[in-house]
Amino acid sequence: MVGTLGHIFEAEGLATVAIAAIRGQIEKAAPPRALYAEFPLGRPLGKPNDSEYQRRVIDAAFALFDASEGPVLVDFPEIIEDDSADRLTCTIPPRFDADLHPAIDEAIGVRPAYDRTVQRTGTTSVGRAGSADDIPSMLEAFIRIGNGTPHSRAAVPGGDVLAAAMDVRSYYEEVAQSLADHVPGARQVDTWLYSQTEAGDVIHAAQRALHDTDGVPRPVWYYLMPMMHSRIER
Amino acid sequence: MSDAIIRQTHADIDTYVFSDPAWTTPPDLSDARVAVVTTAGLRTDDVTMWSNDDQSFTVIPHGEKRLTLSHRSQNFDRAGFNSDINIVLPMDRLDEMASDGAIGSAASQHLSFMGAQKDGTLATIRLDTGPAAAKVLKDDDVDVVLLTPV
Repeated sequence: MVGTLGHIFEAEGLATVAIAAIRGQIEKAAPPRALYAEFPLGRPLGKPNDSEYQRRVIDAAFALFDASEGPVLVDFPEIIEDDSADRLTCTIPPRFDADLHPAIDEAIGVRPAYDRTVQRTGTTSVGRAGSADDIPSMLEAFIRIGNGTPHSRAAVPGGDVLAAAMDVRSYYEEVAQSLADHVPGARQVDTWLYSQTEAGDVIHAAQRALHDTDGVPRPVWYYLMPMMHSRIER
Repeated sequence: MSDAIIRQTHADIDTYVFSDPAWTTPPDLSDARVAVVTTAGLRTDDVTMWSNDDQSFTVIPHGEKRLTLSHRSQNFDRAGFNSDINIVLPMDRLDEMASDGAIGSAASQHLSFMGAQKDGTLATIRLDTGPAAAKVLKDDDVDVVLLTPV
Protein backbone atom coordinates (compact mmCIF):
# COMPACT_ATOMS: atom_id res chain seq x y z
CA MET A 1 0.00 0.00 0.00
CA VAL A 2 2.90 2.43 0.57
CA GLY A 3 3.48 2.44 -3.19
CA THR A 4 -0.09 3.45 -3.93
CA LEU A 5 0.05 6.17 -1.29
CA GLY A 6 3.25 7.46 -2.85
CA HIS A 7 1.54 7.93 -6.22
CA ILE A 8 -1.47 9.64 -4.65
CA PHE A 9 0.54 12.06 -2.55
CA GLU A 10 2.88 12.98 -5.39
CA ALA A 11 -0.14 13.87 -7.53
CA GLU A 12 -1.23 16.17 -4.71
CA GLY A 13 2.14 17.95 -4.64
CA LEU A 14 3.87 16.09 -1.81
CA ALA A 15 7.31 14.56 -2.38
CA THR A 16 7.41 11.01 -1.04
CA VAL A 17 9.77 8.18 -0.36
CA ALA A 18 8.50 4.76 0.69
CA ILE A 19 10.27 2.17 2.76
CA ALA A 20 9.21 -1.10 1.18
CA ALA A 21 9.05 -4.48 2.91
CA ILE A 22 8.10 -6.78 0.02
CA ARG A 23 10.10 -6.30 -3.15
CA GLY A 24 7.66 -7.88 -5.58
CA GLN A 25 4.89 -5.54 -4.48
CA ILE A 26 6.93 -2.35 -4.65
CA GLU A 27 8.30 -3.29 -8.07
CA LYS A 28 4.75 -3.54 -9.39
CA ALA A 29 3.47 -0.43 -7.62
CA ALA A 30 6.54 1.52 -8.80
CA PRO A 31 6.11 4.68 -6.72
CA PRO A 32 8.43 7.61 -7.50
CA ARG A 33 10.98 6.70 -4.80
CA ALA A 34 11.28 3.55 -2.72
CA LEU A 35 13.92 2.03 -0.47
CA TYR A 36 13.57 -1.74 -0.23
CA ALA A 37 14.64 -2.71 3.28
CA GLU A 38 14.74 -6.43 3.96
CA PHE A 39 14.09 -6.21 7.68
CA PRO A 40 11.74 -8.28 9.81
CA LEU A 41 8.16 -7.49 8.83
CA GLY A 42 6.81 -5.02 11.37
CA ARG A 43 10.19 -3.31 11.78
CA PRO A 44 10.57 -0.97 8.78
CA LEU A 45 13.22 1.15 10.52
CA GLY A 46 15.29 -1.96 11.23
CA LYS A 47 16.20 -2.03 14.91
CA PRO A 48 14.09 -0.90 17.89
CA ASN A 49 15.80 1.35 20.41
CA ASP A 50 18.71 1.96 18.04
CA SER A 51 18.43 5.60 17.00
CA GLU A 52 21.65 5.52 15.01
CA TYR A 53 20.50 2.61 12.87
CA GLN A 54 17.06 4.12 12.35
CA ARG A 55 18.68 7.37 11.28
CA ARG A 56 20.79 5.51 8.73
CA VAL A 57 17.66 4.01 7.23
CA ILE A 58 15.97 7.40 6.99
CA ASP A 59 19.10 8.96 5.52
CA ALA A 60 19.23 6.21 2.88
CA ALA A 61 15.58 6.83 2.04
CA PHE A 62 15.99 10.61 1.89
CA ALA A 63 19.04 10.24 -0.34
CA LEU A 64 16.59 9.19 -3.05
CA PHE A 65 15.35 12.77 -3.18
CA ASP A 66 18.54 13.54 -5.08
CA ALA A 67 17.18 11.68 -8.12
CA SER A 68 15.78 13.89 -10.86
CA GLU A 69 13.41 11.30 -12.27
CA GLY A 70 11.87 8.01 -11.31
CA PRO A 71 10.72 5.53 -10.41
CA VAL A 72 13.72 4.96 -8.17
CA LEU A 73 13.99 1.67 -6.28
CA VAL A 74 17.13 1.10 -4.23
CA ASP A 75 17.99 -1.71 -1.82
CA PHE A 76 19.18 -0.83 1.68
CA PRO A 77 22.60 -2.49 1.80
CA GLU A 78 22.00 -4.53 4.98
CA ILE A 79 19.55 -7.36 5.57
CA ILE A 80 18.21 -8.21 9.00
CA GLU A 81 16.75 -11.69 9.41
CA ASP A 82 13.90 -12.33 11.81
CA ASP A 83 14.70 -14.18 15.03
CA SER A 84 11.91 -16.72 14.90
CA ALA A 85 14.36 -19.61 15.21
CA ASP A 86 16.04 -18.19 18.33
CA ARG A 87 14.56 -19.30 21.62
CA LEU A 88 13.36 -16.47 23.85
CA THR A 89 14.30 -16.70 27.50
CA CYS A 90 10.99 -15.84 29.05
CA THR A 91 10.31 -17.70 32.27
CA ILE A 92 6.70 -18.37 33.12
CA PRO A 93 5.75 -18.50 36.82
CA PRO A 94 5.23 -22.02 38.19
CA ARG A 95 1.77 -23.59 38.41
CA PHE A 96 -0.31 -21.98 41.12
CA ASP A 97 -3.70 -23.71 41.08
CA ALA A 98 -3.50 -27.34 39.98
CA ASP A 99 -7.29 -27.50 39.76
CA LEU A 100 -7.30 -25.13 36.81
CA HIS A 101 -6.55 -26.04 33.23
CA PRO A 102 -2.82 -25.37 32.74
CA ALA A 103 -3.52 -22.63 30.18
CA ILE A 104 -5.92 -20.82 32.49
CA ASP A 105 -3.49 -21.10 35.40
CA GLU A 106 -0.70 -19.81 33.16
CA ALA A 107 -2.71 -16.84 31.89
CA ILE A 108 -3.59 -15.82 35.43
CA GLY A 109 0.00 -16.34 36.55
CA VAL A 110 1.46 -14.00 33.95
CA ARG A 111 -1.05 -11.22 34.59
CA PRO A 112 1.32 -9.20 36.82
CA ALA A 113 3.83 -9.12 33.95
CA TYR A 114 1.12 -7.87 31.60
CA ASP A 115 0.14 -5.19 34.11
CA ARG A 116 3.75 -4.02 34.43
CA THR A 117 4.02 -3.59 30.68
CA VAL A 118 0.76 -1.66 30.43
CA GLN A 119 1.77 0.53 33.34
CA ARG A 120 5.03 1.32 31.56
CA THR A 121 3.60 1.94 28.09
CA GLY A 122 0.25 3.40 29.04
CA THR A 123 -1.51 1.40 26.38
CA THR A 124 -2.48 -2.12 25.36
CA SER A 125 -3.49 -3.87 22.17
CA VAL A 126 -5.76 -6.24 24.08
CA GLY A 127 -9.37 -5.23 23.61
CA ARG A 128 -10.67 -6.69 20.37
CA ALA A 129 -12.86 -9.35 22.00
CA GLY A 130 -12.56 -8.27 25.61
CA SER A 131 -10.15 -6.92 28.17
CA ALA A 132 -7.22 -8.61 29.88
CA ASP A 133 -9.70 -9.77 32.51
CA ASP A 134 -11.38 -11.82 29.78
CA ILE A 135 -8.25 -13.68 28.62
CA PRO A 136 -8.97 -16.74 30.82
CA SER A 137 -12.52 -16.84 29.40
CA MET A 138 -11.13 -16.63 25.88
CA LEU A 139 -8.80 -19.54 26.57
CA GLU A 140 -11.67 -21.52 28.09
CA ALA A 141 -13.59 -20.98 24.86
CA PHE A 142 -10.62 -22.17 22.80
CA ILE A 143 -10.30 -25.22 25.05
CA ARG A 144 -13.95 -26.02 24.35
CA ILE A 145 -13.39 -25.58 20.61
CA GLY A 146 -10.37 -27.86 20.79
CA ASN A 147 -12.53 -30.45 22.52
CA GLY A 148 -15.07 -30.39 19.72
CA THR A 149 -17.58 -27.72 20.66
CA PRO A 150 -18.64 -25.78 17.55
CA HIS A 151 -17.10 -22.31 17.67
CA SER A 152 -20.54 -20.75 17.40
CA ARG A 153 -21.50 -22.42 20.69
CA ALA A 154 -18.18 -22.10 22.49
CA ALA A 155 -19.11 -18.83 24.25
CA VAL A 156 -16.18 -16.91 22.82
CA PRO A 157 -16.04 -13.51 24.53
CA GLY A 158 -17.13 -10.94 22.00
CA GLY A 159 -18.33 -13.72 19.72
CA ASP A 160 -15.40 -13.37 17.30
CA VAL A 161 -12.88 -16.23 17.26
CA LEU A 162 -10.24 -14.25 15.36
CA ALA A 163 -10.55 -11.23 17.63
CA ALA A 164 -10.16 -13.46 20.68
CA ALA A 165 -7.12 -15.21 19.20
CA MET A 166 -5.50 -11.86 18.50
CA ASP A 167 -6.24 -10.69 22.01
CA VAL A 168 -4.53 -13.77 23.44
CA ARG A 169 -1.54 -13.04 21.21
CA SER A 170 -1.41 -9.38 22.24
CA TYR A 171 -1.73 -10.34 25.90
CA TYR A 172 1.27 -12.68 25.68
CA GLU A 173 3.25 -10.17 23.60
CA GLU A 174 2.78 -7.62 26.35
CA VAL A 175 3.55 -10.24 29.01
CA ALA A 176 6.81 -11.02 27.23
CA GLN A 177 7.85 -7.37 27.28
CA SER A 178 8.18 -7.68 31.04
CA LEU A 179 9.22 -11.33 31.39
CA ALA A 180 11.97 -11.47 28.77
CA ASP A 181 15.53 -10.72 29.75
CA HIS A 182 15.98 -8.40 26.77
CA VAL A 183 13.91 -6.68 24.10
CA PRO A 184 12.57 -9.66 22.15
CA GLY A 185 13.94 -10.16 18.67
CA ALA A 186 11.61 -10.12 15.69
CA ARG A 187 9.14 -13.00 15.86
CA GLN A 188 10.71 -14.42 19.01
CA VAL A 189 7.58 -13.75 21.03
CA ASP A 190 5.48 -15.53 18.39
CA THR A 191 7.74 -18.57 18.55
CA TRP A 192 7.63 -18.54 22.35
CA LEU A 193 3.85 -18.22 22.47
CA TYR A 194 3.06 -20.86 19.88
CA SER A 195 5.70 -23.42 20.83
CA GLN A 196 6.42 -23.01 24.53
CA THR A 197 3.25 -21.87 26.29
CA GLU A 198 0.07 -23.61 27.37
CA ALA A 199 -1.95 -20.89 25.68
CA GLY A 200 -0.20 -21.66 22.41
CA ASP A 201 -1.08 -25.33 22.73
CA VAL A 202 -4.72 -24.43 23.27
CA ILE A 203 -4.81 -22.23 20.16
CA HIS A 204 -3.15 -25.00 18.12
CA ALA A 205 -5.75 -27.53 19.29
CA ALA A 206 -8.59 -25.15 18.49
CA GLN A 207 -7.17 -24.49 15.04
CA ARG A 208 -6.88 -28.20 14.38
CA ALA A 209 -10.46 -28.84 15.50
CA LEU A 210 -11.82 -26.00 13.39
CA HIS A 211 -9.83 -27.17 10.38
CA ASP A 212 -11.14 -30.71 10.78
CA THR A 213 -14.77 -29.66 11.13
CA ASP A 214 -16.84 -29.64 7.96
CA GLY A 215 -18.37 -26.32 7.07
CA VAL A 216 -16.01 -24.06 9.02
CA PRO A 217 -14.91 -21.28 6.65
CA ARG A 218 -11.16 -21.26 6.02
CA PRO A 219 -10.55 -17.76 7.44
CA VAL A 220 -11.95 -18.87 10.80
CA TRP A 221 -9.11 -21.32 11.37
CA TYR A 222 -6.43 -20.01 9.01
CA TYR A 223 -6.03 -16.62 10.69
CA LEU A 224 -6.03 -17.96 14.22
CA MET A 225 -2.26 -17.52 14.42
CA PRO A 226 0.62 -16.32 12.23
CA MET A 227 0.74 -18.59 9.22
CA MET A 228 4.27 -19.78 9.90
CA HIS A 229 3.36 -21.21 13.29
CA SER A 230 0.38 -23.22 12.15
CA ARG A 231 0.86 -26.98 12.28
CA ILE A 232 -1.75 -27.52 9.61
CA GLU A 233 -0.33 -28.44 6.26
CA ARG A 234 -1.02 -25.84 3.56
CA MET B 1 13.07 -17.22 8.62
CA SER B 2 9.29 -16.98 8.58
CA ASP B 3 9.35 -13.55 6.94
CA ALA B 4 11.13 -14.93 3.90
CA ILE B 5 8.19 -17.21 3.19
CA ILE B 6 5.67 -14.42 3.70
CA ARG B 7 7.65 -12.24 1.30
CA GLN B 8 7.51 -15.05 -1.22
CA THR B 9 3.78 -15.73 -0.87
CA HIS B 10 2.83 -12.04 -0.88
CA ALA B 11 5.07 -10.88 -3.72
CA ASP B 12 2.44 -11.41 -6.41
CA ILE B 13 -0.54 -9.80 -4.71
CA ASP B 14 -2.47 -7.62 -7.15
CA THR B 15 -1.42 -4.00 -7.10
CA TYR B 16 -3.06 -1.07 -8.85
CA VAL B 17 -0.72 0.23 -11.55
CA PHE B 18 -0.69 3.99 -12.15
CA SER B 19 -0.43 4.68 -15.87
CA ASP B 20 0.80 8.28 -15.64
CA PRO B 21 2.81 8.61 -12.41
CA ALA B 22 3.19 12.06 -10.90
CA TRP B 23 6.53 13.38 -9.71
CA THR B 24 6.99 16.12 -7.14
CA THR B 25 10.41 17.64 -6.53
CA PRO B 26 10.92 18.41 -2.84
CA PRO B 27 12.45 21.60 -1.51
CA ASP B 28 15.91 21.37 -0.01
CA LEU B 29 15.50 18.89 2.85
CA SER B 30 16.96 21.38 5.30
CA ASP B 31 13.91 23.53 4.57
CA ALA B 32 11.37 20.69 4.28
CA ARG B 33 8.56 19.94 6.70
CA VAL B 34 8.36 16.16 7.02
CA ALA B 35 5.47 13.85 7.98
CA VAL B 36 5.32 10.11 8.38
CA VAL B 37 2.43 8.15 6.90
CA THR B 38 2.36 4.54 7.95
CA THR B 39 0.19 1.59 6.99
CA ALA B 40 0.58 0.00 10.43
CA GLY B 41 -2.98 0.66 11.52
CA LEU B 42 -2.01 2.97 14.40
CA ARG B 43 -4.77 4.56 16.41
CA THR B 44 -5.10 7.02 19.25
CA ASP B 45 -8.62 5.95 20.18
CA ASP B 46 -9.61 2.76 21.96
CA VAL B 47 -10.31 0.77 18.80
CA THR B 48 -7.99 -2.24 18.92
CA MET B 49 -8.85 -3.95 15.62
CA TRP B 50 -9.00 -2.02 12.38
CA SER B 51 -12.00 -3.06 10.32
CA ASN B 52 -11.12 -5.31 7.43
CA ASP B 53 -12.51 -3.02 4.74
CA ASP B 54 -11.77 0.33 6.36
CA GLN B 55 -9.66 2.43 3.96
CA SER B 56 -9.83 5.55 6.12
CA PHE B 57 -6.89 7.03 8.02
CA THR B 58 -6.15 8.22 11.52
CA VAL B 59 -4.41 11.45 12.52
CA ILE B 60 -1.61 11.13 15.09
CA PRO B 61 -0.40 14.31 16.82
CA HIS B 62 3.38 14.63 16.71
CA GLY B 63 4.82 13.33 19.96
CA GLU B 64 1.82 11.16 20.83
CA LYS B 65 3.19 7.95 22.30
CA ARG B 66 -0.01 6.32 23.46
CA LEU B 67 -0.73 4.44 20.26
CA THR B 68 -2.48 1.17 19.59
CA LEU B 69 -1.26 -1.14 16.84
CA SER B 70 -4.65 -2.24 15.53
CA HIS B 71 -3.61 -3.86 12.23
CA ARG B 72 -5.58 -7.05 11.60
CA SER B 73 -2.77 -9.15 10.19
CA GLN B 74 -1.07 -11.76 12.34
CA ASN B 75 1.85 -11.97 9.94
CA PHE B 76 4.31 -9.38 11.23
CA ASP B 77 6.32 -8.77 14.36
CA ARG B 78 4.74 -6.55 17.01
CA ALA B 79 7.39 -6.84 19.72
CA GLY B 80 9.55 -4.18 18.08
CA PHE B 81 6.71 -1.66 18.13
CA ASN B 82 5.83 -2.60 21.69
CA SER B 83 9.38 -1.71 22.65
CA ASP B 84 9.93 1.37 20.46
CA ILE B 85 7.24 3.02 18.35
CA ASN B 86 9.97 4.75 16.32
CA ILE B 87 10.47 1.42 14.58
CA VAL B 88 7.28 2.25 12.64
CA LEU B 89 6.65 5.93 13.32
CA PRO B 90 10.05 7.61 13.78
CA MET B 91 8.88 10.85 15.37
CA ASP B 92 11.91 11.06 17.66
CA ARG B 93 14.21 10.70 14.67
CA LEU B 94 12.45 13.59 12.91
CA ASP B 95 12.92 15.74 16.00
CA GLU B 96 16.63 14.92 16.01
CA MET B 97 16.91 15.65 12.30
CA ALA B 98 15.16 18.99 12.76
CA SER B 99 17.49 19.82 15.64
CA ASP B 100 20.62 19.15 13.64
CA GLY B 101 19.29 20.88 10.53
CA ALA B 102 18.94 17.81 8.33
CA ILE B 103 15.27 18.68 7.81
CA GLY B 104 13.39 21.91 8.33
CA SER B 105 10.82 20.64 10.79
CA ALA B 106 8.69 17.68 11.80
CA ALA B 107 5.01 17.89 10.90
CA SER B 108 2.58 18.62 13.71
CA GLN B 109 0.70 15.44 12.86
CA HIS B 110 1.25 12.14 11.11
CA LEU B 111 -1.19 9.69 9.55
CA SER B 112 -1.92 5.99 9.53
CA PHE B 113 -3.83 3.73 7.21
CA MET B 114 -4.03 -0.06 7.54
CA GLY B 115 -2.27 -2.08 4.87
CA ALA B 116 -3.18 -5.55 3.62
CA GLN B 117 -6.63 -4.34 2.64
CA LYS B 118 -9.26 -6.76 1.40
CA ASP B 119 -9.77 -4.57 -1.69
CA GLY B 120 -6.40 -4.80 -3.45
CA THR B 121 -7.34 -2.01 -5.87
CA LEU B 122 -7.56 0.43 -2.92
CA ALA B 123 -10.26 2.32 -4.82
CA THR B 124 -11.46 4.27 -1.79
CA ILE B 125 -7.93 5.36 -0.92
CA ARG B 126 -7.13 6.35 -4.50
CA LEU B 127 -10.31 8.31 -5.03
CA ASP B 128 -11.25 9.59 -1.62
CA THR B 129 -9.27 9.08 1.56
CA GLY B 130 -5.84 9.33 -0.07
CA PRO B 131 -6.43 12.84 -1.45
CA ALA B 132 -8.13 13.76 1.83
CA ALA B 133 -5.05 12.62 3.71
CA ALA B 134 -2.86 14.71 1.40
CA LYS B 135 -4.99 17.75 2.23
CA VAL B 136 -4.48 17.18 5.95
CA LEU B 137 -0.74 17.15 5.36
CA LYS B 138 -0.72 20.17 3.07
CA ASP B 139 -2.83 22.16 5.53
CA ASP B 140 0.08 21.55 7.93
CA ASP B 141 2.53 22.86 5.27
CA VAL B 142 4.13 19.43 4.84
CA ASP B 143 6.49 19.11 1.84
CA VAL B 144 7.90 15.60 2.27
CA VAL B 145 6.34 12.30 3.34
CA LEU B 146 8.13 9.21 4.60
CA LEU B 147 5.93 6.15 4.00
CA THR B 148 6.41 3.14 6.27
CA PRO B 149 4.82 -0.33 6.09
CA VAL B 150 4.68 -3.15 8.62
